[in-house]
Amino acid sequence: MIRRAALLLLALWLAAPVALAQETVVTGLSTENIALNATFDGSELFVFGAIRRDAPIPEDADPLDVIITIKGPVRPITVREKSRWFGIWVNRSAVRIRETPSFYAIASTRPMGDLLTETERLRYRIGMDQAVRKVESAPGVEDTRPFAEAVVRLREESGLYARLDGDVSLAEDTLFQTHIKLPSNIVEGDYVAEFFLVRDRKVISSGAAEIVVEKTGIERWLYNLAHNRPFIYGLFSVALALAAGWLAATAFRIAKR
Amino acid sequence: MQIYLPIAEVSVNALLLLGIGGMVGILSGMFGVGGGFILTPLLFFIGIPPGVAVASAANQIAGSSFSGLLAHLRKRTVDLKMGSVLLAGGLLGSGLGVMAYSALRKMGQYELVVSLLYVVLLGVIGALMLIESLRAIRRARNPNAALASRKRHTWAHGLPLKMRFRASQLYVSAIPPFVVGVLVGILAAIMGVGGGFIMVPAMIYLIGMPTKVVVGTSLFQFLFVTGFTTVLHAVENKSVDAVLAVILLVGGVIGAQIGVVLAARLKAEQLRVLLALLVIFVCLKLAADLVIRPAELFSIEAARG
Repeated sequence: MIRRAALLLLALWLAAPVALAQETVVTGLSTENIALNATFDGSELFVFGAIRRDAPIPEDADPLDVIITIKGPVRPITVREKSRWFGIWVNRSAVRIRETPSFYAIASTRPMGDLLTETERLRYRIGMDQAVRKVESAPGVEDTRPFAEAVVRLREESGLYARLDGDVSLAEDTLFQTHIKLPSNIVEGDYVAEFFLVRDRKVISSGAAEIVVEKTGIERWLYNLAHNRPFIYGLFSVALALAAGWLAATAFRIAKR
Repeated sequence: MQIYLPIAEVSVNALLLLGIGGMVGILSGMFGVGGGFILTPLLFFIGIPPGVAVASAANQIAGSSFSGLLAHLRKRTVDLKMGSVLLAGGLLGSGLGVMAYSALRKMGQYELVVSLLYVVLLGVIGALMLIESLRAIRRARNPNAALASRKRHTWAHGLPLKMRFRASQLYVSAIPPFVVGVLVGILAAIMGVGGGFIMVPAMIYLIGMPTKVVVGTSLFQFLFVTGFTTVLHAVENKSVDAVLAVILLVGGVIGAQIGVVLAARLKAEQLRVLLALLVIFVCLKLAADLVIRPAELFSIEAARG
Protein backbone atom coordinates (compact mmCIF):
# COMPACT_ATOMS: atom_id res chain seq x y z
CA MET A 1 0.00 0.00 0.00
CA ILE A 2 1.06 3.50 -0.70
CA ARG A 3 1.86 5.28 2.47
CA ARG A 4 2.22 8.95 2.34
CA ALA A 5 3.56 10.81 5.26
CA ALA A 6 2.97 14.49 5.45
CA LEU A 7 5.89 16.13 7.10
CA LEU A 8 5.72 18.97 9.46
CA LEU A 9 9.09 20.38 8.71
CA LEU A 10 11.09 22.20 11.23
CA ALA A 11 11.64 25.81 10.44
CA LEU A 12 13.46 28.29 12.55
CA TRP A 13 11.19 30.71 14.17
CA LEU A 14 13.17 33.83 14.67
CA ALA A 15 10.60 35.88 16.50
CA ALA A 16 11.74 38.05 19.38
CA PRO A 17 11.95 36.05 22.58
CA VAL A 18 8.77 36.28 24.63
CA ALA A 19 9.52 38.02 27.88
CA LEU A 20 7.74 35.65 30.24
CA ALA A 21 8.15 32.30 28.59
CA GLN A 22 11.66 31.08 28.67
CA GLU A 23 10.77 28.07 26.55
CA THR A 24 8.73 28.27 23.35
CA VAL A 25 7.55 25.61 20.96
CA VAL A 26 8.85 25.92 17.44
CA THR A 27 6.66 24.51 14.72
CA GLY A 28 7.32 25.46 11.21
CA LEU A 29 5.01 23.86 8.77
CA SER A 30 5.45 22.54 5.31
CA THR A 31 2.86 19.95 4.42
CA GLU A 32 2.30 17.80 1.48
CA ASN A 33 -1.39 17.40 1.01
CA ILE A 34 -2.55 14.05 2.28
CA ALA A 35 -4.10 12.09 -0.54
CA LEU A 36 -7.02 9.70 -0.22
CA ASN A 37 -6.84 7.53 -3.33
CA ALA A 38 -8.13 4.19 -4.61
CA THR A 39 -5.74 2.15 -2.53
CA PHE A 40 -5.97 4.43 0.47
CA ASP A 41 -5.39 2.20 3.42
CA GLY A 42 -4.87 4.86 6.00
CA SER A 43 -1.63 6.75 6.32
CA GLU A 44 0.67 8.00 8.96
CA LEU A 45 1.29 11.58 9.89
CA PHE A 46 4.77 12.31 11.10
CA VAL A 47 4.76 15.33 13.38
CA PHE A 48 7.83 16.88 14.87
CA GLY A 49 9.19 20.12 16.26
CA ALA A 50 11.64 21.69 18.65
CA ILE A 51 11.75 23.76 21.79
CA ARG A 52 13.53 27.06 21.69
CA ARG A 53 15.17 28.08 24.92
CA ASP A 54 16.67 31.46 25.93
CA ALA A 55 18.26 30.22 29.12
CA PRO A 56 19.42 26.86 30.43
CA ILE A 57 16.84 24.82 32.32
CA PRO A 58 16.99 25.53 36.06
CA GLU A 59 18.22 22.45 37.90
CA ASP A 60 15.18 22.24 40.17
CA ALA A 61 12.65 22.57 37.31
CA ASP A 62 9.80 20.05 36.85
CA PRO A 63 10.09 17.73 33.86
CA LEU A 64 9.00 19.11 30.50
CA ASP A 65 6.11 17.52 28.57
CA VAL A 66 4.67 17.94 25.12
CA ILE A 67 1.05 17.43 24.02
CA ILE A 68 0.15 17.31 20.34
CA THR A 69 -3.45 17.29 19.14
CA ILE A 70 -4.77 16.87 15.60
CA LYS A 71 -8.34 17.94 14.90
CA GLY A 72 -10.32 17.23 11.73
CA PRO A 73 -13.06 19.40 10.22
CA VAL A 74 -15.97 20.02 12.60
CA ARG A 75 -19.26 18.48 11.47
CA PRO A 76 -22.77 18.15 12.90
CA ILE A 77 -23.94 14.59 13.57
CA THR A 78 -26.98 12.70 14.82
CA VAL A 79 -26.46 9.99 17.43
CA ARG A 80 -29.16 7.33 17.72
CA GLU A 81 -29.82 4.84 20.46
CA LYS A 82 -31.54 1.49 19.93
CA SER A 83 -33.93 0.00 22.44
CA ARG A 84 -36.18 -3.03 22.42
CA TRP A 85 -39.56 -2.56 20.80
CA PHE A 86 -41.93 -5.48 20.23
CA GLY A 87 -39.05 -7.90 20.52
CA ILE A 88 -36.71 -6.24 18.03
CA TRP A 89 -34.03 -3.59 18.46
CA VAL A 90 -35.04 -0.27 16.98
CA ASN A 91 -33.55 3.24 16.91
CA ARG A 92 -35.84 5.02 19.31
CA SER A 93 -34.08 8.11 20.54
CA ALA A 94 -31.80 10.53 18.74
CA VAL A 95 -29.63 13.46 19.81
CA ARG A 96 -28.14 16.04 17.50
CA ILE A 97 -24.64 17.25 18.20
CA ARG A 98 -23.80 20.45 16.45
CA GLU A 99 -20.03 20.49 16.79
CA THR A 100 -17.74 17.53 16.78
CA PRO A 101 -14.45 17.02 14.96
CA SER A 102 -14.49 14.24 12.37
CA PHE A 103 -10.99 13.29 13.56
CA TYR A 104 -9.30 13.88 16.91
CA ALA A 105 -6.01 12.57 18.21
CA ILE A 106 -4.26 13.53 21.45
CA ALA A 107 -0.64 12.46 21.75
CA SER A 108 1.52 13.23 24.75
CA THR A 109 4.89 12.39 26.28
CA ARG A 110 3.28 10.94 29.41
CA PRO A 111 -0.25 9.68 30.22
CA MET A 112 -2.65 12.62 30.11
CA GLY A 113 -4.15 11.74 33.50
CA ASP A 114 -2.65 14.51 35.59
CA LEU A 115 -0.39 16.16 33.08
CA LEU A 116 -2.44 19.35 33.27
CA THR A 117 -4.54 21.05 35.90
CA GLU A 118 -8.26 20.88 35.13
CA THR A 119 -8.36 24.64 34.56
CA GLU A 120 -5.56 24.49 32.02
CA ARG A 121 -7.10 21.48 30.27
CA LEU A 122 -10.45 23.24 29.87
CA ARG A 123 -8.80 26.51 28.88
CA TYR A 124 -6.96 24.88 25.99
CA ARG A 125 -9.81 22.45 25.30
CA ILE A 126 -7.69 19.34 25.41
CA GLY A 127 -9.43 15.98 25.99
CA MET A 128 -12.04 13.72 24.51
CA ASP A 129 -14.82 15.35 26.56
CA GLN A 130 -13.89 18.62 24.86
CA ALA A 131 -14.35 17.13 21.39
CA VAL A 132 -18.10 16.60 21.57
CA ARG A 133 -19.65 20.00 22.05
CA LYS A 134 -23.02 21.66 21.66
CA VAL A 135 -25.18 18.65 22.35
CA GLU A 136 -28.77 19.65 21.65
CA SER A 137 -31.54 18.55 23.96
CA ALA A 138 -33.97 16.06 22.48
CA PRO A 139 -37.52 15.13 23.42
CA GLY A 140 -37.68 11.99 25.56
CA VAL A 141 -33.95 12.05 26.33
CA GLU A 142 -33.22 13.03 29.92
CA ASP A 143 -29.49 12.52 29.93
CA THR A 144 -27.51 13.28 26.79
CA ARG A 145 -24.17 12.27 28.34
CA PRO A 146 -24.34 8.61 27.18
CA PHE A 147 -24.80 9.91 23.63
CA ALA A 148 -21.71 12.11 23.83
CA GLU A 149 -19.74 9.25 25.35
CA ALA A 150 -20.94 6.93 22.57
CA VAL A 151 -19.50 9.29 19.95
CA VAL A 152 -16.06 9.06 21.56
CA ARG A 153 -16.33 5.29 22.03
CA LEU A 154 -17.52 4.55 18.48
CA ARG A 155 -14.93 6.82 16.93
CA GLU A 156 -12.12 5.41 19.06
CA GLU A 157 -13.12 1.96 17.80
CA SER A 158 -12.96 3.09 14.17
CA GLY A 159 -9.66 4.91 14.72
CA LEU A 160 -11.09 8.37 14.13
CA TYR A 161 -10.41 9.42 17.72
CA ALA A 162 -7.23 8.34 19.44
CA ARG A 163 -5.60 8.82 22.83
CA LEU A 164 -1.90 8.31 22.31
CA ASP A 165 -0.54 8.51 25.84
CA GLY A 166 3.23 8.40 25.85
CA ASP A 167 3.53 8.36 22.07
CA VAL A 168 5.41 11.63 21.82
CA SER A 169 9.13 11.16 22.28
CA LEU A 170 11.18 14.03 23.61
CA ALA A 171 14.93 14.01 23.13
CA GLU A 172 17.30 16.14 25.18
CA ASP A 173 14.33 18.24 26.35
CA THR A 174 14.52 19.89 22.92
CA LEU A 175 13.38 17.78 19.99
CA PHE A 176 10.01 16.03 19.97
CA GLN A 177 8.28 13.78 17.48
CA THR A 178 5.33 11.43 17.05
CA HIS A 179 3.52 9.32 14.47
CA ILE A 180 -0.25 9.63 14.21
CA LYS A 181 -2.23 7.10 12.21
CA LEU A 182 -4.97 8.40 9.94
CA PRO A 183 -7.62 5.77 9.08
CA SER A 184 -8.98 5.40 5.56
CA ASN A 185 -12.40 6.83 6.35
CA ILE A 186 -11.25 10.32 7.36
CA VAL A 187 -13.01 13.21 5.67
CA GLU A 188 -11.55 15.83 3.39
CA GLY A 189 -10.80 19.26 4.73
CA ASP A 190 -8.54 21.40 6.87
CA TYR A 191 -6.97 19.66 9.84
CA VAL A 192 -5.36 21.59 12.68
CA ALA A 193 -2.32 20.38 14.58
CA GLU A 194 -1.78 22.03 17.98
CA PHE A 195 1.35 21.81 20.11
CA PHE A 196 1.42 22.44 23.86
CA LEU A 197 4.52 22.69 26.00
CA VAL A 198 3.78 21.70 29.58
CA ARG A 199 5.75 22.25 32.76
CA ASP A 200 4.43 22.09 36.33
CA ARG A 201 0.91 21.13 35.01
CA LYS A 202 0.67 24.39 33.11
CA VAL A 203 0.86 25.15 29.40
CA ILE A 204 3.89 27.39 28.99
CA SER A 205 3.83 27.70 25.22
CA SER A 206 1.62 26.61 22.35
CA GLY A 207 1.57 26.66 18.58
CA ALA A 208 -0.66 25.52 15.75
CA ALA A 209 -0.32 24.42 12.16
CA GLU A 210 -2.72 23.44 9.42
CA ILE A 211 -2.77 20.30 7.28
CA VAL A 212 -4.93 19.90 4.19
CA VAL A 213 -6.40 16.44 3.58
CA GLU A 214 -7.77 15.88 0.09
CA LYS A 215 -9.20 13.06 -1.92
CA THR A 216 -7.10 12.69 -5.04
CA GLY A 217 -7.24 10.87 -8.30
CA ILE A 218 -10.36 9.20 -9.58
CA GLU A 219 -11.82 8.98 -6.03
CA ARG A 220 -11.78 12.73 -5.57
CA TRP A 221 -13.27 13.18 -9.00
CA LEU A 222 -16.09 10.71 -8.34
CA TYR A 223 -16.79 12.02 -4.85
CA ASN A 224 -16.93 15.63 -5.97
CA LEU A 225 -19.05 14.79 -9.01
CA ALA A 226 -21.47 12.81 -6.82
CA HIS A 227 -21.84 15.69 -4.37
CA ASN A 228 -21.68 18.70 -6.65
CA ARG A 229 -23.41 17.43 -9.80
CA PRO A 230 -25.43 14.42 -8.63
CA PHE A 231 -27.60 14.21 -11.78
CA ILE A 232 -24.57 13.99 -14.09
CA TYR A 233 -23.00 11.50 -11.67
CA GLY A 234 -26.16 9.35 -11.71
CA LEU A 235 -26.20 9.24 -15.52
CA PHE A 236 -22.47 8.53 -15.53
CA SER A 237 -22.92 5.63 -13.07
CA VAL A 238 -25.62 4.06 -15.22
CA ALA A 239 -23.58 4.52 -18.41
CA LEU A 240 -20.52 3.03 -16.71
CA ALA A 241 -22.52 0.00 -15.52
CA LEU A 242 -24.02 -0.57 -18.99
CA ALA A 243 -20.60 -0.33 -20.61
CA ALA A 244 -18.99 -2.65 -18.03
CA GLY A 245 -21.80 -5.21 -18.28
CA TRP A 246 -21.75 -5.18 -22.06
CA LEU A 247 -17.95 -5.31 -22.31
CA ALA A 248 -17.61 -8.20 -19.88
CA ALA A 249 -20.34 -10.21 -21.63
CA THR A 250 -18.87 -9.49 -25.08
CA ALA A 251 -15.39 -10.43 -23.93
CA PHE A 252 -16.75 -13.79 -22.77
CA ARG A 253 -18.61 -14.38 -26.02
CA ILE A 254 -15.46 -13.73 -28.04
CA ALA A 255 -13.36 -15.87 -25.69
CA LYS A 256 -15.77 -18.78 -26.14
CA ARG A 257 -15.46 -18.83 -29.94
CA MET B 1 -6.27 -6.11 -1.80
CA GLN B 2 -8.07 -3.24 -0.12
CA ILE B 3 -9.99 -0.79 -2.26
CA TYR B 4 -11.45 2.48 -1.08
CA LEU B 5 -15.06 3.00 -2.14
CA PRO B 6 -15.46 6.76 -2.62
CA ILE B 7 -19.17 7.07 -1.80
CA ALA B 8 -19.55 4.30 0.78
CA GLU B 9 -16.39 5.79 2.37
CA VAL B 10 -15.12 2.43 3.52
CA SER B 11 -12.17 0.30 2.49
CA VAL B 12 -13.09 -3.24 1.56
CA ASN B 13 -11.27 -6.17 0.04
CA ALA B 14 -11.70 -5.99 -3.75
CA LEU B 15 -11.40 -9.78 -4.06
CA LEU B 16 -14.18 -10.25 -1.51
CA LEU B 17 -16.42 -7.95 -3.55
CA LEU B 18 -15.52 -9.80 -6.76
CA GLY B 19 -16.29 -13.06 -4.96
CA ILE B 20 -19.70 -11.84 -3.80
CA GLY B 21 -20.49 -10.57 -7.30
CA GLY B 22 -19.25 -13.89 -8.70
CA MET B 23 -21.35 -15.96 -6.32
CA VAL B 24 -24.49 -14.01 -7.18
CA GLY B 25 -23.53 -14.37 -10.86
CA ILE B 26 -23.23 -18.16 -10.47
CA LEU B 27 -26.72 -18.22 -8.95
CA SER B 28 -28.13 -16.19 -11.81
CA GLY B 29 -26.35 -18.34 -14.40
CA MET B 30 -27.59 -21.55 -12.79
CA PHE B 31 -31.14 -20.60 -11.92
CA GLY B 32 -31.89 -17.64 -14.15
CA VAL B 33 -32.63 -15.41 -11.15
CA GLY B 34 -31.23 -11.89 -10.94
CA GLY B 35 -29.82 -12.43 -7.49
CA GLY B 36 -30.34 -8.87 -6.21
CA PHE B 37 -32.29 -10.28 -3.27
CA ILE B 38 -29.20 -12.11 -2.06
CA LEU B 39 -26.58 -9.54 -3.20
CA THR B 40 -27.85 -6.63 -1.12
CA PRO B 41 -27.99 -8.47 2.24
CA LEU B 42 -24.47 -9.82 1.62
CA LEU B 43 -23.30 -6.22 1.14
CA PHE B 44 -24.90 -5.31 4.50
CA PHE B 45 -22.98 -8.18 6.13
CA ILE B 46 -19.58 -6.93 4.90
CA GLY B 47 -20.21 -3.46 6.28
CA ILE B 48 -21.42 -1.40 3.32
CA PRO B 49 -23.93 1.17 4.65
CA PRO B 50 -27.42 -0.16 3.74
CA GLY B 51 -28.38 2.95 1.76
CA VAL B 52 -25.25 2.72 -0.39
CA ALA B 53 -25.68 -1.05 -0.79
CA VAL B 54 -29.23 -0.68 -2.09
CA ALA B 55 -28.53 2.20 -4.48
CA SER B 56 -25.36 0.57 -5.85
CA ALA B 57 -27.13 -2.78 -6.26
CA ALA B 58 -29.73 -1.01 -8.42
CA ASN B 59 -26.84 0.39 -10.47
CA GLN B 60 -25.31 -3.10 -10.76
CA ILE B 61 -28.62 -4.62 -11.93
CA ALA B 62 -28.92 -1.97 -14.66
CA GLY B 63 -25.53 -3.07 -15.98
CA SER B 64 -26.18 -6.79 -15.74
CA SER B 65 -29.62 -6.54 -17.43
CA PHE B 66 -28.17 -4.74 -20.44
CA SER B 67 -26.18 -7.51 -22.12
CA GLY B 68 -28.98 -10.00 -21.42
CA LEU B 69 -31.52 -7.66 -22.97
CA LEU B 70 -29.38 -7.26 -26.10
CA ALA B 71 -29.33 -11.04 -26.54
CA HIS B 72 -33.13 -11.21 -26.18
CA LEU B 73 -33.65 -8.30 -28.60
CA ARG B 74 -31.61 -10.20 -31.18
CA LYS B 75 -33.81 -13.25 -30.69
CA ARG B 76 -36.96 -11.03 -30.78
CA THR B 77 -38.16 -12.38 -27.45
CA VAL B 78 -39.05 -8.97 -25.96
CA ASP B 79 -42.61 -7.66 -25.90
CA LEU B 80 -41.79 -3.95 -26.11
CA LYS B 81 -45.39 -2.82 -25.71
CA MET B 82 -45.96 -4.93 -22.60
CA GLY B 83 -42.51 -3.86 -21.40
CA SER B 84 -43.49 -0.21 -21.77
CA VAL B 85 -46.64 -0.66 -19.68
CA LEU B 86 -44.60 -2.44 -17.00
CA LEU B 87 -41.97 0.29 -17.27
CA ALA B 88 -44.49 3.13 -16.87
CA GLY B 89 -45.60 1.51 -13.62
CA GLY B 90 -41.98 0.86 -12.66
CA LEU B 91 -40.95 4.51 -13.03
CA LEU B 92 -43.84 5.62 -10.82
CA GLY B 93 -43.00 2.93 -8.27
CA SER B 94 -39.32 3.87 -8.28
CA GLY B 95 -40.18 7.52 -7.62
CA LEU B 96 -42.44 6.53 -4.72
CA GLY B 97 -39.77 4.16 -3.39
CA VAL B 98 -37.00 6.79 -3.41
CA MET B 99 -39.31 9.24 -1.60
CA ALA B 100 -40.10 6.59 1.01
CA TYR B 101 -36.37 5.85 1.34
CA SER B 102 -35.50 9.51 2.00
CA ALA B 103 -38.29 9.89 4.55
CA LEU B 104 -37.29 6.70 6.39
CA ARG B 105 -33.64 7.70 6.45
CA LYS B 106 -34.48 11.06 8.00
CA MET B 107 -36.38 9.25 10.75
CA GLY B 108 -33.44 6.89 11.28
CA GLN B 109 -35.66 3.88 10.52
CA TYR B 110 -34.49 2.93 7.03
CA GLU B 111 -32.15 0.20 8.21
CA LEU B 112 -34.91 -1.37 10.29
CA VAL B 113 -37.51 -1.27 7.52
CA VAL B 114 -35.16 -2.69 4.89
CA SER B 115 -34.08 -5.48 7.26
CA LEU B 116 -37.71 -6.36 8.05
CA LEU B 117 -38.64 -6.32 4.36
CA TYR B 118 -35.71 -8.61 3.58
CA VAL B 119 -36.60 -11.02 6.39
CA VAL B 120 -40.17 -11.30 5.03
CA LEU B 121 -39.12 -11.46 1.39
CA LEU B 122 -36.32 -14.00 1.84
CA GLY B 123 -38.44 -16.05 4.20
CA VAL B 124 -41.24 -16.30 1.65
CA ILE B 125 -38.94 -16.91 -1.34
CA GLY B 126 -36.83 -19.45 0.55
CA ALA B 127 -39.87 -21.38 1.80
CA LEU B 128 -41.54 -21.40 -1.63
CA MET B 129 -38.32 -22.51 -3.33
CA LEU B 130 -37.78 -25.27 -0.81
CA ILE B 131 -41.33 -26.60 -1.22
CA GLU B 132 -41.16 -26.32 -5.00
CA SER B 133 -37.79 -28.05 -5.31
CA LEU B 134 -38.77 -30.86 -2.93
CA ARG B 135 -41.89 -31.34 -5.02
CA ALA B 136 -39.80 -31.39 -8.19
CA ILE B 137 -37.53 -34.05 -6.73
CA ARG B 138 -40.58 -36.16 -5.87
CA ARG B 139 -42.02 -35.59 -9.35
CA ALA B 140 -38.74 -36.71 -10.93
CA ARG B 141 -39.02 -39.96 -8.99
CA ASN B 142 -42.65 -40.40 -9.98
CA PRO B 143 -42.96 -39.43 -13.66
CA ASN B 144 -46.70 -40.23 -13.79
CA ALA B 145 -47.64 -37.19 -11.67
CA ALA B 146 -49.56 -34.61 -13.70
CA LEU B 147 -47.90 -31.27 -14.50
CA ALA B 148 -49.86 -28.15 -13.62
CA SER B 149 -50.98 -26.33 -16.75
CA ARG B 150 -50.79 -22.58 -17.23
CA LYS B 151 -54.12 -20.86 -16.84
CA ARG B 152 -54.87 -18.72 -19.90
CA HIS B 153 -57.76 -16.80 -18.41
CA THR B 154 -57.66 -15.18 -15.01
CA TRP B 155 -59.71 -12.51 -13.22
CA ALA B 156 -57.12 -10.00 -14.43
CA HIS B 157 -58.43 -10.40 -17.97
CA GLY B 158 -61.83 -9.01 -17.05
CA LEU B 159 -60.57 -5.49 -16.17
CA PRO B 160 -61.11 -2.44 -18.41
CA LEU B 161 -58.47 -0.53 -20.45
CA LYS B 162 -57.76 -3.46 -22.72
CA MET B 163 -54.76 -3.33 -25.01
CA ARG B 164 -53.47 -5.62 -27.71
CA PHE B 165 -49.96 -7.05 -27.11
CA ARG B 166 -48.91 -8.65 -30.39
CA ALA B 167 -45.63 -10.21 -29.27
CA SER B 168 -47.41 -11.91 -26.37
CA GLN B 169 -50.51 -12.71 -28.47
CA LEU B 170 -52.70 -11.21 -25.77
CA TYR B 171 -55.64 -8.81 -25.60
CA VAL B 172 -55.76 -7.88 -21.92
CA SER B 173 -56.28 -4.98 -19.54
CA ALA B 174 -53.22 -2.73 -19.03
CA ILE B 175 -54.03 -2.33 -15.33
CA PRO B 176 -52.48 -5.56 -13.94
CA PRO B 177 -49.08 -5.11 -15.68
CA PHE B 178 -49.02 -1.43 -14.63
CA VAL B 179 -49.69 -2.33 -10.98
CA VAL B 180 -47.08 -5.10 -11.07
CA GLY B 181 -44.65 -2.54 -12.54
CA VAL B 182 -45.34 -0.09 -9.70
CA LEU B 183 -44.74 -2.78 -7.08
CA VAL B 184 -41.47 -3.86 -8.68
CA GLY B 185 -40.32 -0.22 -8.96
CA ILE B 186 -40.91 0.38 -5.24
CA LEU B 187 -38.93 -2.76 -4.37
CA ALA B 188 -36.07 -1.69 -6.66
CA ALA B 189 -35.77 1.69 -4.93
CA ILE B 190 -36.13 0.51 -1.32
CA MET B 191 -34.46 -2.89 -1.45
CA GLY B 192 -32.06 -2.80 -4.40
CA VAL B 193 -33.58 -5.80 -6.15
CA GLY B 194 -34.69 -6.21 -9.75
CA GLY B 195 -37.94 -7.82 -8.67
CA GLY B 196 -37.93 -10.80 -11.03
CA PHE B 197 -39.22 -13.07 -8.27
CA ILE B 198 -42.47 -11.09 -8.31
CA MET B 199 -42.63 -10.01 -11.93
CA VAL B 200 -41.92 -13.33 -13.63
CA PRO B 201 -44.64 -15.31 -11.80
CA ALA B 202 -47.07 -12.39 -12.23
CA MET B 203 -46.40 -12.26 -15.98
CA ILE B 204 -46.94 -16.00 -16.41
CA TYR B 205 -49.78 -16.72 -14.02
CA LEU B 206 -51.60 -13.38 -13.67
CA ILE B 207 -51.19 -11.79 -17.10
CA GLY B 208 -50.80 -15.06 -18.98
CA MET B 209 -47.80 -14.16 -21.13
CA PRO B 210 -46.06 -16.92 -23.11
CA THR B 211 -42.91 -18.05 -21.26
CA LYS B 212 -40.54 -17.30 -24.14
CA VAL B 213 -41.07 -13.49 -23.94
CA VAL B 214 -41.15 -13.30 -20.13
CA VAL B 215 -37.43 -13.07 -19.43
CA GLY B 216 -36.60 -10.62 -22.25
CA THR B 217 -39.52 -8.37 -21.34
CA SER B 218 -38.64 -8.32 -17.66
CA LEU B 219 -34.99 -7.49 -18.50
CA PHE B 220 -36.28 -4.57 -20.57
CA GLN B 221 -38.22 -3.31 -17.55
CA PHE B 222 -35.33 -3.90 -15.09
CA LEU B 223 -32.83 -2.00 -17.23
CA PHE B 224 -34.85 1.20 -17.34
CA VAL B 225 -36.35 1.01 -13.85
CA THR B 226 -33.03 0.30 -12.11
CA GLY B 227 -31.28 2.90 -14.29
CA PHE B 228 -33.92 5.47 -13.32
CA THR B 229 -33.68 4.40 -9.66
CA THR B 230 -29.90 4.84 -9.75
CA VAL B 231 -30.20 8.41 -11.04
CA LEU B 232 -32.90 9.25 -8.46
CA HIS B 233 -30.81 7.84 -5.59
CA ALA B 234 -27.76 9.74 -6.87
CA VAL B 235 -29.69 13.02 -6.90
CA GLU B 236 -31.81 12.54 -3.75
CA ASN B 237 -29.48 10.65 -1.44
CA LYS B 238 -25.99 10.71 -3.02
CA SER B 239 -25.71 7.04 -2.16
CA VAL B 240 -24.68 5.44 -5.48
CA ASP B 241 -21.17 4.01 -5.43
CA ALA B 242 -20.20 3.46 -9.07
CA VAL B 243 -16.90 1.75 -8.13
CA LEU B 244 -18.78 -0.77 -5.98
CA ALA B 245 -21.32 -1.40 -8.76
CA VAL B 246 -18.66 -1.99 -11.42
CA ILE B 247 -16.66 -4.46 -9.29
CA LEU B 248 -19.83 -6.41 -8.49
CA LEU B 249 -20.76 -6.37 -12.18
CA VAL B 250 -17.46 -7.79 -13.34
CA GLY B 251 -17.66 -10.52 -10.69
CA GLY B 252 -21.26 -11.16 -11.67
CA VAL B 253 -20.57 -11.57 -15.39
CA ILE B 254 -17.73 -14.01 -14.72
CA GLY B 255 -19.88 -15.88 -12.20
CA ALA B 256 -22.81 -16.14 -14.61
CA GLN B 257 -20.60 -17.93 -17.16
CA ILE B 258 -19.45 -20.39 -14.51
CA GLY B 259 -23.06 -20.84 -13.39
CA VAL B 260 -24.25 -21.78 -16.90
CA VAL B 261 -21.54 -24.45 -17.14
CA LEU B 262 -22.29 -25.77 -13.64
CA ALA B 263 -26.03 -25.92 -14.29
CA ALA B 264 -25.44 -28.17 -17.30
CA ARG B 265 -23.36 -30.61 -15.24
CA LEU B 266 -25.23 -30.76 -11.95
CA LYS B 267 -28.72 -31.84 -11.00
CA ALA B 268 -30.98 -28.81 -10.98
CA GLU B 269 -33.38 -30.02 -8.29
CA GLN B 270 -30.69 -30.62 -5.69
CA LEU B 271 -29.11 -27.25 -6.49
CA ARG B 272 -32.43 -25.55 -6.02
CA VAL B 273 -32.63 -27.01 -2.52
CA LEU B 274 -29.18 -25.56 -1.80
CA LEU B 275 -30.21 -22.13 -3.06
CA ALA B 276 -33.38 -22.29 -0.97
CA LEU B 277 -31.32 -23.14 2.11
CA LEU B 278 -28.93 -20.26 1.39
CA VAL B 279 -31.84 -17.83 1.09
CA ILE B 280 -33.32 -19.10 4.35
CA PHE B 281 -29.94 -18.82 6.07
CA VAL B 282 -29.53 -15.17 5.03
CA CYS B 283 -33.10 -14.53 6.19
CA LEU B 284 -32.39 -16.05 9.62
CA LYS B 285 -29.15 -14.10 9.98
CA LEU B 286 -30.97 -10.82 9.28
CA ALA B 287 -33.75 -11.79 11.69
CA ALA B 288 -31.23 -12.71 14.39
CA ASP B 289 -29.54 -9.30 14.00
CA LEU B 290 -32.89 -7.66 14.72
CA VAL B 291 -33.79 -9.79 17.72
CA ILE B 292 -30.47 -10.29 19.52
CA ARG B 293 -29.39 -7.39 21.70
CA PRO B 294 -26.72 -5.55 19.65
CA ALA B 295 -23.28 -5.15 21.23
CA GLU B 296 -23.47 -1.42 20.53
CA LEU B 297 -26.78 0.36 20.96
CA PHE B 298 -25.58 3.72 19.67
CA SER B 299 -24.86 4.74 16.11
CA ILE B 300 -23.56 7.92 14.51
CA GLU B 301 -25.03 9.40 11.41
CA ALA B 302 -23.26 12.22 9.63
CA ALA B 303 -25.45 15.07 8.50
CA ARG B 304 -24.78 14.84 4.77
CA GLY B 305 -24.29 18.16 3.08
